[in-house]
Amino acid sequence: MGRTLFDKIWDAHVVKSQEGFPDVLFIDTHFIHEVTSPQAFNGLRSRGIGVFMPDRTRATVDHNVPTLDQDKPIKEAMSRFQVDTMTRNCRDFGLELYGLGHPYQGIVHVIGPELGITQPGMTIVCGDSHTSTHGALGTIAFGIGTSEVEQVLATQCLLQQKPKRMQIRIDGRLRQGVVSKDIILHIISRISSSGGTGFFVEYAGDAIRALSMEARMTICNMSIEMGARGGMIAPDDTTYNYLSGRPFAPKGAAWDQAVAAWRRLPSDEDAEFDRTLQFDAAGIEPMVTYGTNPGMGIGVTGHIPTLEEVEPSERNSFSKSLDYMALQPGSRLLGKKLDYVFIGSCTNSRIEDLRMVAEFVRGKKKAENLEVWIVPGSKQVEKQAIQEGLDQVFSAAGFSLRGPGCSACLGMNEDKIPAGKYCLSTSNRNFEGRQGPQARTFLASPLTAAAAAVTGCISDVREMI
Amino acid sequence: MNRKEFKRMVSAMVPLPAENVDTDQIIPARFLKSTTRTGFGENLFRDWRYDAEGNPRKDFILNDPSRTGKILVAGKNFGCGSSREHAAWAIADYGFAVLISSFFGDIFKNNALNNGILPIQVPDAYLRFLFGEIARDPGVELAADLEHQFIQVLPGGDQQPFDINPYKKSCLINGYDDLDYLLSLRPEIGRFEAARYPG
Repeated sequence: MGRTLFDKIWDAHVVKSQEGFPDVLFIDTHFIHEVTSPQAFNGLRSRGIGVFMPDRTRATVDHNVPTLDQDKPIKEAMSRFQVDTMTRNCRDFGLELYGLGHPYQGIVHVIGPELGITQPGMTIVCGDSHTSTHGALGTIAFGIGTSEVEQVLATQCLLQQKPKRMQIRIDGRLRQGVVSKDIILHIISRISSSGGTGFFVEYAGDAIRALSMEARMTICNMSIEMGARGGMIAPDDTTYNYLSGRPFAPKGAAWDQAVAAWRRLPSDEDAEFDRTLQFDAAGIEPMVTYGTNPGMGIGVTGHIPTLEEVEPSERNSFSKSLDYMALQPGSRLLGKKLDYVFIGSCTNSRIEDLRMVAEFVRGKKKAENLEVWIVPGSKQVEKQAIQEGLDQVFSAAGFSLRGPGCSACLGMNEDKIPAGKYCLSTSNRNFEGRQGPQARTFLASPLTAAAAAVTGCISDVREMI
Repeated sequence: MNRKEFKRMVSAMVPLPAENVDTDQIIPARFLKSTTRTGFGENLFRDWRYDAEGNPRKDFILNDPSRTGKILVAGKNFGCGSSREHAAWAIADYGFAVLISSFFGDIFKNNALNNGILPIQVPDAYLRFLFGEIARDPGVELAADLEHQFIQVLPGGDQQPFDINPYKKSCLINGYDDLDYLLSLRPEIGRFEAARYPG
């Protein structure tokens, strides 16, 4: 029987397999950031051991960093402490840190691919659930807890049960105004925020093949929002063209050799999955969420379910969620007034996202009732945006282009959405309080966000292009 | 590093029927700034437990002083979302040792096990039954027997079996963690890397 992309990579990384035990899985690349690593370093200290393979860990700071005045000391004491702790830990343990001011600094899931650190066939982990992003380049990449961060620092391995394999095929052509964020929000709305739990997902089909590398990252990024441990896409020429020439990508003969090996990774024709789902790309609308988990999404012209349309066992959670959002069952979202638009996060802060927004807003102005924050995913993205003059387009439209970081995705740094305010966000989670205590989040694509920024309310971008 | 050993526990239960409780609810990001593993219990379920001024919300279950159980019974898909282990630390620090739900987020479940917390997955119908039992008698006790892999409402309820990976079970029973085992493999791991990446 043929093997899946997942099986091929997994099997090649098993150091030891023993009946009744989880596999000992070798990790090629470990990314760390300042929030989920300090306790792991303290663990190493208390055991008196060092990092086993320091070249295989890459460090940056992203969650706590301010996105204004990045050259000045961080104002918030605890954030400053956590960032300083990261600097000290990297120095003490001999790890290279892309800290504030470094040209490679940025959101960990943006910098891995853009620097060419992330390469097909790798196993990649990070103490961050959106590590699945790296799966877009044909890797097994997943989020781990801090105890596991310590294990990887100490041994470059993890004990892992092999998850089940799911294939999600998306065939056909996307309609105009529909982008990769809409594909993943559509899938999650159909299978729910727990529909992928226990599985590792491979996305396939001609609609996936047609996507750019960065658009693929958006899809893999949100795999965790359906509960899946990770998501991945087989490497192809799009992947190789994206990687070629990036700082850490192989060069010369090593490149040719690498590509030859990568070409053997895609799932075999006769590979079997534990579960297969299929979607028609042409049936996907621009999506927007209305509730407090990413599975609570609808087409932008649709209506929020009525109480009767919701399973009886789920009505309590549904009502609680709508109370939080101050929305009515059965109502429509089109025309809903907004207070903020946030374009950023590891889901949608790459150069293509910024280009998509700039192209739409060129010559337009933002509506007066809201603020628009554009937060590039990395120093590299910021630099590129300025080179291309996108910053001019944004400032002419009244948007504020800030410095790179996680920003308003998670209410941890200075960028928070105030209580009770509505934010249309290109990030990945609409949980209660995610963007700040009592903040209310609508998740959508960068294109839908751009449309909302101009109209001041939730809008159907298809009528504006 | 040896943890507390876990074999069997008898305790009252604390019911939290909400579904899809994500780790941002268990502990919001703004409370993740400590660099130690302790003290997170204070902010467990922070925004459900306290209002904006920091006053306890009377209607939240943890603010009911009669609820002292060490077993948290939660609605399905508990612990979804962010990988933050701080969620498991907050739960352990607060004093819960067993979690029961019909479904757990994958990463959270691992984090719980790595901190000596036992997550027990039960069928939806049994979960409803437990909520019913607690509603009938808030002090009703449950026995969680890890060694024989069952839970049982006391006195004399039917034994409800549960699954757990045999390796993880022995870790919990003996108080071991994964790192002890992995560290013993360092030479083997070094050879694996050298063979996989020659030169």
